[in-house]
Amino acid sequence: MTTLGKLVRTTAFKLSLVYLVAFALFAGFLVFYIGHNTQRMMAQQINETIEAEVKGLGEQYSQGGIRRLVDVVDRRARQPGASLYLITDFSGDVIAGNVKNLKGRMPRDPDVPIQVVRYERNAGDGEPQEAAVRVFVLPGGFHILIGRDISEGERFREVIESALRITIAVVGVLAVLSWLFVGRRVLSRIDAVSDTGRRIMEGDLSRRLHVTGSGDEIDRLAENVNAMLERIELLMQGLKDVSDNIAHDLKTPLTRLRNRVEGALREEPSVEGYREALEATIEESDQLIRTFNALLKIARVEAGSPDQVLERVDASEIAAEVAELYEPLAEDEGVKFMSEICDTVPVEASRELIAQAISNLVDNALKYGRPQPKEGEKGPQFAITLRVFCEGGDVVLSVADNGPGISLSDHERVLRRFVRLEESRTAPGSGLGLSLVQAVANLHRGKLELADNDPGLIARLRLPKAQ
Amino acid sequence: MRILIIEDDQEAAAYLIKALKEAGHVADHAADGETGYAMASGADYDVLVVDRMLPRRDGLSVVEELKREGNPAPVLILSALGQVDDRVQGLRAGGDDYLPKPYSFAELLARVEALGRRNRPADAETTFRVGDLELDRLAHAATRAGQPIALQPREFRLLEYLMKHAGQVVTRTMLLENVWDYHFDPQTNVIDVHISRLRAKIDKGFDRPLLHTIRGAGYTIRDDAR
Repeated sequence: MTTLGKLVRTTAFKLSLVYLVAFALFAGFLVFYIGHNTQRMMAQQINETIEAEVKGLGEQYSQGGIRRLVDVVDRRARQPGASLYLITDFSGDVIAGNVKNLKGRMPRDPDVPIQVVRYERNAGDGEPQEAAVRVFVLPGGFHILIGRDISEGERFREVIESALRITIAVVGVLAVLSWLFVGRRVLSRIDAVSDTGRRIMEGDLSRRLHVTGSGDEIDRLAENVNAMLERIELLMQGLKDVSDNIAHDLKTPLTRLRNRVEGALREEPSVEGYREALEATIEESDQLIRTFNALLKIARVEAGSPDQVLERVDASEIAAEVAELYEPLAEDEGVKFMSEICDTVPVEASRELIAQAISNLVDNALKYGRPQPKEGEKGPQFAITLRVFCEGGDVVLSVADNGPGISLSDHERVLRRFVRLEESRTAPGSGLGLSLVQAVANLHRGKLELADNDPGLIARLRLPKAQ
Repeated sequence: MRILIIEDDQEAAAYLIKALKEAGHVADHAADGETGYAMASGADYDVLVVDRMLPRRDGLSVVEELKREGNPAPVLILSALGQVDDRVQGLRAGGDDYLPKPYSFAELLARVEALGRRNRPADAETTFRVGDLELDRLAHAATRAGQPIALQPREFRLLEYLMKHAGQVVTRTMLLENVWDYHFDPQTNVIDVHISRLRAKIDKGFDRPLLHTIRGAGYTIRDDAR
């Protein structure tokens, strides 16, 4: 498609066209209205002037006869901007006046009120002009003609007409300019959007649409498309991560499982030996299934649209239930388990996921949060505190222990899938617990924060409080 | 019990039938949705075990149709999809329980047996009795040999669930689902501690224990003397 063809197709072009027509019509109407009214007023003024002159000259004649009339006419005719005067005798010879060359015959019919004639002035430059005149007859056969030049009105009409033409031309030019400017600008921006879109489709997911910062509709569109791309990239990345994780971290236990079975087969056949190997195999495969389920769950939570699963629930109640679930276990392990839970706090959440997130945090604290006393010393009592409180517009669910904690540099790392710190490699677990908590936090538009409890670790799940 | 297994994986079905027979049940097999639907409508089964994804006809639609026709057999849905929303879908279609694959046979057996006894009017009973242990559901009180036992609300629900399924094995997952209403697996075995608390309250000081641990499966409450 040619550039012009594209330009014609734009909304900007169509809008410009509509504006052009509307403005032209309006300007035309305005000019016509003003011109028409002004001309009517001028014609009326001329008539009134002529009538007044006729009346005045008639009085002069009745007071001083033809001599006085001629004197007055001569005097008046010499004044600047004078009316037209012409006095003839009964045979038609000119006695006085400032009209040199009346085109056609002198109108003699006094009954016709005002008529338009062409004439030349005595002092004129020879150009014939138009005038509105009136003729009346005096006793003695004298004819007297009084008129006003109307070429001024003609000139005025010409001025108005040219104003109309100029206005329409200017409106047209402006419309074309604005169309070219707006159309080209819009087109170039939309072309940029299509360009970026094509590159993204070609596989460069990190590209983003250009946002000018003007906040106009194209900007808003670009911002939304960018947010969408962000989400898609995140999901793609998540998918890639999951497949990488599966490749690496599920193959390892599978290899272990296979080795164990192979080893059992190679050994001297014995019912006892086989049973042991098979039981170990079941245990290993159960662990694998758990890991697999946890991975799938994280992926599902990460991909999930929050509105699907969220309902209004009480964060305090959920936390209290989890506390109740873990209290006996903690007590059996000699842990001082405290819960400080505030009154009802509503959140838009999935009870199941929040419960699982808190349960993962408590579980982690139980597994990795035990204080490590130095050789020969009696360490402090292992204490875990589950707190629920409001902070600003957030509900914070925190689980704190007084164990070795996690060094600051590792805080971000432990949130990733399958990351297990050296110190805890020997403890059971899959390295997916915190990843799930983080996914749950993100799903609820909240976040998971890790901080130093000095000593120990404090994990805070921060959720927006429901209105 | 008479059980119908609608499952397209021949090997899995053969294993299930064999294991269910060993556990003292009668099991039939249908390999696709249409056959399964016809068999379930034509005979009186105690429990139906239905795979979600089946050839010829989807498992959920079979269940929906059977329930619409008023078939009384309880349904256990098996599925490779294990997420909460899939579970909700399965239960909404008329399934009575939902078990994600892969499952252990012990888990499946416990659930099938729990479903099969549902036909008994246990829900309407106000008092459960196992040996000299009594649980009054209306008064929220439990006694053993006439001695009152002080129970926390959750312990009461735990005991209630166990006694409702007296003589049957209930798994940890079943307890988590039915007593706590959680459908995830806490990584540490928290349920065991709750059970041992409960055991201390009902069995301590008595010669005959009622609450038993079944290795590799779960727990059961029963009076061995009977």
